[in-house]
This record gives sequence, C-alpha cells and structure tokens, in this order.
Amino acid sequence: MTNTWQDIKNANVVIVMGGNAAEAHPCGFKWVIEAKIENGAKLVVVDPRFTRTASVADYYAPIRPGTDIAFLSGVMHYLLTNDKIQHSYVKNYTNASLLVKDEFTFTDGLFSGFNDQTHSYDKGSWDYEIGDDGFAKADDTWQNPRCVINLLKQHVSRYTPEMVSRICGTPQDKFLHICELIAGTSAPDRAMTSLFALGWTQHTVGAQNIRAMAMVQLLLGNIGVAGGGMNALRGHSNIQGLTDIGLLSNQMPGYLNLPTDKETSFDEYMKTRQFKPLRPGQTSYYQNTKKMTVSLMKALFGDAATVDNHWGYDLLPKLDIPLYDIIKAFEMMNNGQMTGYICQGFNPLQAFPDRGKIRAGLSKLKFLVTMDPLDTETSRFWQDFGPQNPARSREIQTEVFQLPTTCFAEENGSLVNSARWLQWHWKAADAPGIAKSDLWIMSGLFQRLRALYQKEGGAFPDALMGMTWKYTDPWEPDPEELAKEMNGKFLADVTDPVTQVTSKAGTLLDGFGQLHDDGSTASGCWIFAGCFTEKGNQMARRDATDPREQGIAPNWAWAWPANRRILYNRASADPEGKAWNPKKPVVEWNGSKWVGIDVPDYVVTQKPSANDGPFIMTVEGQGRLFARNLMAEGPFPEHYEPMESPVVNVLHPKVGPNPVARVFDHDRSNFGKPGDFPYVATTYRLTEHFHYWTKHALINAILQPEEFIEIGEALAKEKGIDQGGWVKVSSKRGEVVCKAYVTKRIKPLMVDGKATHVIGCPIHWGFTGQARKGYGANTLTPSVGDANTQTPEFKAFLVNVEKTSAPVG
Amino acid sequence: MALTRREFIKLTGMGLAASSLGVMGFGASGVAQAAAVRPFKLTHATETRNTCTYCSVACGILIYSMGDKAKNARSNIIHIEGDPDHPVNRGTLCPKGSALLDIVHAPTRLKAPRYREPGGTEFREVTWDFALDRIARLMKDDRDKHFIATNAAGTTVNRWTSTGMLAASASSSETAYLTWKVARSLGMVVFDNQARV
Repeated sequence: MTNTWQDIKNANVVIVMGGNAAEAHPCGFKWVIEAKIENGAKLVVVDPRFTRTASVADYYAPIRPGTDIAFLSGVMHYLLTNDKIQHSYVKNYTNASLLVKDEFTFTDGLFSGFNDQTHSYDKGSWDYEIGDDGFAKADDTWQNPRCVINLLKQHVSRYTPEMVSRICGTPQDKFLHICELIAGTSAPDRAMTSLFALGWTQHTVGAQNIRAMAMVQLLLGNIGVAGGGMNALRGHSNIQGLTDIGLLSNQMPGYLNLPTDKETSFDEYMKTRQFKPLRPGQTSYYQNTKKMTVSLMKALFGDAATVDNHWGYDLLPKLDIPLYDIIKAFEMMNNGQMTGYICQGFNPLQAFPDRGKIRAGLSKLKFLVTMDPLDTETSRFWQDFGPQNPARSREIQTEVFQLPTTCFAEENGSLVNSARWLQWHWKAADAPGIAKSDLWIMSGLFQRLRALYQKEGGAFPDALMGMTWKYTDPWEPDPEELAKEMNGKFLADVTDPVTQVTSKAGTLLDGFGQLHDDGSTASGCWIFAGCFTEKGNQMARRDATDPREQGIAPNWAWAWPANRRILYNRASADPEGKAWNPKKPVVEWNGSKWVGIDVPDYVVTQKPSANDGPFIMTVEGQGRLFARNLMAEGPFPEHYEPMESPVVNVLHPKVGPNPVARVFDHDRSNFGKPGDFPYVATTYRLTEHFHYWTKHALINAILQPEEFIEIGEALAKEKGIDQGGWVKVSSKRGEVVCKAYVTKRIKPLMVDGKATHVIGCPIHWGFTGQARKGYGANTLTPSVGDANTQTPEFKAFLVNVEKTSAPVG
Repeated sequence: MALTRREFIKLTGMGLAASSLGVMGFGASGVAQAAAVRPFKLTHATETRNTCTYCSVACGILIYSMGDKAKNARSNIIHIEGDPDHPVNRGTLCPKGSALLDIVHAPTRLKAPRYREPGGTEFREVTWDFALDRIARLMKDDRDKHFIATNAAGTTVNRWTSTGMLAASASSSETAYLTWKVARSLGMVVFDNQARV
C-alpha cells in the first residue's frame, strides 16, 4: 500500500477491482464504509462476481476474468478524450512531456523489438530521446507527437466503450458510468483510492493490470495524496515483510537484487545501478545503492567483507536465469533436477497450480522437509487419501520430515502489514509438545552444516563459514538481536560532515541516511533502518494519537521507509508546495522546509523552486506513464487474453495471450481449448476461511465445511444442475467433484456477441484438518505465470462442468 | 420469555452466527449480566499483545492466558479478542480472527517431529536430533554433489539449484531474515515465498 488502512476514509471514490476487501480484509474494509459515511465517498466495484464488497457498493459492474487491462485502457481513453486529467500534476509530476525514441512502435499487438524465436523483446527502442546533456528530451507544450502523453493517447485510442464492452462483457452504459465517477477525482482536491489484491496479480498479465491502474491514478493526480494511492491489499500477515527482506529467488533485503552471471564483478554489478538522473536536478535516491549494498554485505559477512574482496561479492550466489520461482522449481522436480525441498509454513500441494504436477514433483524428490504448526497436505502428499489425494505410498521414495513449529501466539517478533507498518508482538504461551520456533530449527540446521563442513570439508564453505552469527544464543537467536541487525549500526566512529556529531562504533543507526559505502556501517535491511534505534524498539510503540484524525497515527509502531505513512507525499502539494486539497494536507512547504502530519517523502529543505520531482526514487523524478524497459511485455499495458481463453483476441487475433509469458512445453500441452472446456473459471476466497489453515480451526470448519463451486442460474438450468447438487468440474489438468451453489451473483456476460458463463471456485479444502475432504481448486488451474513475476494465473482459466451423482462412501 | 428445550437449542445454533445473548431473547439484562461476569473470567489471566496471524490488515489482538509464567507453570491460552487500542481494527475481528483460539488449539497442531521413510506408509515420531542430523546430512551430500562454483564461461557463480526452499509468510521478519541468511550462505537460489499466491 502507498497509503494506510485508515487513510482510505479520506477518499472521494473507492474503486475495488481485482480484489474483494469486504470478505478477504474485513477489518480493513471498515475504512471504506467510514469513507462512505463520513466523507460521502462512492464505492465502485468491478468484479466477475457480485461479491459482498459489491453488495455495499454504490455502483457495480461485471467484467470477464482476465480483461482488466482493456477496461482500464478504456478508462484512460475516456479521461484523455474528455480532458478529465489533473493537468498540473500530469505535466509536473509525470513523464508525460518526455520524448520517446522514433524507433519505438506498436503494431498488431507487438511492441518494437520482438523476437518470435525467443518470445522476448530487445527493449532498446523502449526509451526516451536523450539530449547531448545526457538528459531526456521533453516538450512541455505536448505539441511533439513523440511526447509520452501523445503516444499514450494513441495507444489507448483503440479502447473505445464499444471495444471495452466487446472484450470485457461489461455493458457500455455501466462502463461509462464508472468512467464518470472515476473522472470526478481529476479535480485537484478530490481523490480516488484503488484497492486490489490477487484478483489482479494472478494473471499472465498481472503486473500490467496494476500498472494500468497506476497510470489512471497518475492521470488523475491521485498518488501521494490523502485518500489516494495504489493500495495492494496483501495476503499473509507478513508477506509484506518477506518481500521486503527479499525471500525471493532474485532478491536481497531491501529490494536489492541478487547478482546475475553477467555481473562478473562487484564493479560490474554497480555499473548498472548508477541511477544517474535523467532530468536536471533530480534526487534519484537509488544513487545511494552502493551504500545500501555495502552495508548489507557488512551485516551479512562482517569482517569477511572487505574492500579488497569487493565486500565479499563472490560469497553471494549468482543467477543464470531471471528467476527460480515455484513454477520453475516444480518443473525442475518433475524433470528430476531437484533432490530436496524445504517448505517452511507453506503448503504448495494446495497453493500452487496444477496439483497433479505438484504431487508428481514432490514424489521425485529424495527428501522433503516441512516446518509448520499444522498437519499440512504437502507433508502427507505420499499418503493415499482416496480421490482427493491418490498416492501409491510404497512407490514414492521421498524421505519426509514433518517438523512442528510455534505459531504467532508462541513467539516474539515483528510483522510488516500491508501499509508497511512493522508491528512487534509478544509471546503468550509455549508451543504444544516439543514444537520449536523456526529460529531454533533454522539455527540448528545452520550449526550442524557448519560442523559437517568443518569436519569433512566440501563444496565452497566460505559463505557458510563467513556468515555473521554473533548472537547471545547461537542456537536460537533473540528476535531483538535480529531486529537490531536489520536496522543496522555503525562499525566505526563516524562524524557527520554537516552536524559534526560523532557516532560511536556499535551505535544503532537512526535511519538509512546514515549509511556509508566504505564499510563503516552495517544494515541487514536498509529500508528498515530506524525501526530499532538507541531510543529502543520503535516497532513496539503504541501511541495511537492521530493528528486531525487523518489516518496517519505516526507514533503507532513504525513504518518503512523512515516512518513514512504515505509514499510520494510530496505529490500531495502543488509545484509551489501548497496542498492540492487544503482540507486534507499531508506535507506542505512552510517557506523554509517541508512540514506536515507525515514524514516528508522529499529532502526536507529542498525548495519547491528547485524543480526536484516528487517521485524521488525514479531517475526522472516523475511518475511513469511510459515504463521504459522495466516491464517484460511493453512500456504501455496491452490487453492480452488469458492463456486459456474462450475467445480470440479481437484487437490482434495473431497475438492472443501474453507473447512473452514463459511456458514450459509440458504445461503448454496441458492447456485446454474452449471447444472442450467452454466456461471461464476463476478462483477466490471465502470470508470464513484463510487459505488452507482455517479448515483446521473448528469454528471455521463448521461455518464453511465443504468444497463447492458457484455457478449462475442460467448455466445451472442449461446443464440441469440443482441447488446443492453434485457436479464434476474438469479442466485439461484434472477434475473436482463437489457441490454446486447456484447463484444470482454470477450472470452470463456478452463477450464479442456471445454469452460467456463464469464459474467461481473457492480454494479452501484439502484432506487434512476438520472440514470435509476436498480436491482443491488448484487441481484445475494451469501452470503458467505472469511474465514479470511468475505469479500463477489462478483467476482466469477454462473448465467444463457436468451434473453428477453423489460420491459413494 | 419461555423457551422449550428444543427452541433453546435451535436459537443457540443461531447464536453461532450472531453470538449474543440478546438473540436468545434475554434482552438488555442478559447482556449486562454477561458483561459483568466477563471480567471475572479474565481477572487472573495474563494479557499479551499480539497481531492476528492471518491477513495483512494485521489487526491488533489481546491474548489471555492462564499461568503466571512462574517456573513449571505452563501457560494456557484461554481467550483471544481484538485490541481496542489498535488504530486499524479498533477492537474488531473478522470471522477468521474471531476464531484464532481454535487454530492455536487445533487438534492437528503438530507436537513432535515425524519421519516417513522411502516407500513408507506411515509417519513415526523421531527426536529432533535425528531429524536435524539427517536433514543436514542430506543437504550436505546433495550440495557437495551438485554445487555450481563456476559457470561454463568460468565466472564464479557459487549457486546451489538442486535443493530449494519456500519461506513462511506468516513468520516474523526476524525469522525471515535469519532464514535468508541460512539459505544464501549455502548458495541456494531456488527460493521463494507466498508473495505469488
């Protein structure tokens, strides 16, 4: 989230698209109701199903799963043709005026540079015209046809209301009504907030879905302001934290990247991370990347990271491919390329697509380790549970270790919520039996491996031996020690050149502004610097005071970065430094510095006249309507059909789905055709359940005891399916036998003149826990991900459905 | 209000969805009585501040446990409710959070390490030492066999691709950081978390 949960109440329009906050994030959704009651906000919901969020909306429109980019490009077309953009914001705070290279083109669904052998782009042309001064050329009058804003107008011109309706199945009048509601927030003092979740990410074009809305928000001047922003409502309680700390194949803590094979030395690595400003006078904060990186290496390797060994660069693994994500991991398992797998609090047999492939992959491992408070399906993949988990135990040679861990109530530590708040929590009781904390288990493995390498030698032990491990209890480090390590400290006495104050070696850092690239500071996660200082554990703060009741609560816990609650908040003020919305200012220029209820996302003494853009993390200082080479599919979002789609892509029939999606051969042969699987399916979550955990909790298991699908009345009638009757739902990959819930909440959509039925598949059932046994919706879903992130396409795929009889037994 | 036993059971069932004494027709006095009794239940409990383990609204919760943390006294969690001081949830919880007590005490909570042999049809309980010694052995053997120190071009790459890990997205940031250190110290690159699902 760019903003906070409570800040939602400041919105004039709340759009929920790609999510269902009322059911998935109920206590956060209260702030939407608050916005409606206290601020007269209009709630707009666009969703294939009439969800509980839709039930309290001021306006609802249906949409075919997987067509959000067409809808949002249509919105941009509406805003640009009806002149409903926030002109001063767009001109001053976005890259609308910058000129794009002449070689950049878009023809028949493809951007310039496509290679149809490798299914990838040479992105050389996806960039600005650079002048002799090294800066991007601009035309502030927008007369030049190569201005970003003009190319965008041209790009979205195809997305007329007729075309949007043809692709999305959304009736034109509903689409236009929503455009009008959205357009109202182009007024400088009005804001719209976008709330989204997996409904946008779980597509082969997931990242571009989100980009499309971010562009709408930039055109409306809704980023950085109270009641605005792009608010990703994240899933698990600490998924934000795990992302921040970089527990992803290609990531290091604080969004630094793991090196690749091409970056053969530390200097090479840094060369592509100069972040030289592309417009005059810009902050381009990532110019400090070397300070962040060296401080990370000092935190990780201590004295083993020196100038002479390039801060221990070779102690880090390098990547030969962009990502070893989970889809790739299970492809490797199925190809016999993996020996072992450790699942810490993760249940891939339920959570990942094409369940049959997941089960087959696990069966080929030599060993599987699960660490979990609960008896997960993954830990029992080898056991026969009937049709819900058909397994031949004796043929499966995988050694399985099921390790019991503590749960939230049995440990101290911090979690990062969706609004980037680091909140400390305290242990209330010991774990049952001899269950142990993840810290104890991971430390135990680490210590044993160190001992084995010490005794026996073996492959490259340097990083293992060099990793810092200076904890009071090396077998179970104290969470506070780890929090301090992430925060960072001085390693030498350092005198600040401005204040002349000397910080002693060992002193905790106050913030990432104190980082150095000479080895005199260490910080395990630079964006967390400031969370645990000499003043104590800032994450444990519990002062809920909220100036003007504006939803900032600056002294409750601690938010990264720098305790800032609204990202890009310099953009809440006009170029002169006055709030766009005088009733809800965030930060303003008082003549000598930036002040307000939030920590300014800006150099606090930087005068407005300096013309330093508010998006200080970008090299332009501006929000990007044109993404340069940063996305896999192109600098502008384009509508591509889901990998399994009921229709051809009417915009460019030869380029149907995402042309750069990575598809493994075996997976491609497992995609279904609409002739065999005529209905569009989408997965979703129920408010009574959280993923695959709550079926272990008695109350939740009672509230939603068994697997079902949701099916519209028209299709049910056509297929002779009764309310509560048994159905067989099948895709190219497998079948699920469960009950049908016949509903008015899903209606057929007219897509390109043809009635298209949508089926909803809640995901929560498996074969352990207290609810009844289920097959799991991932039995049906295709193994393919977003081209940038590899997030699986759970939200749009093809199935067939048939009436069947109750299973025997 | 007179209730037959049958009606009482029916209404109690409704109370599952709307659990308030008021629903059962006891009216304001019943609610007041419940409110008056409630503190007794929690008077001797220890209150611990925590965060709901489910979604990333991260509602503040209060955990009540019996046991004063004295030596040999084992704490037992008896009640969990929303933290009224928390600026986001202000004391409320959703249908998931309201049932946190049931996940803490779920019958399928694991209590001891278990092991399944190749071709085995059952789990058996093992000691922690057996489990961790064996896992470390398996990891080292695989790593020594498949570790890639340099690529075809001779560049030092120091990666391990034949054993991977999925990290827990409801574990603390401190656990996450330590897990990162362990995984990367071994050169592990097949490494992911729930961010995608």
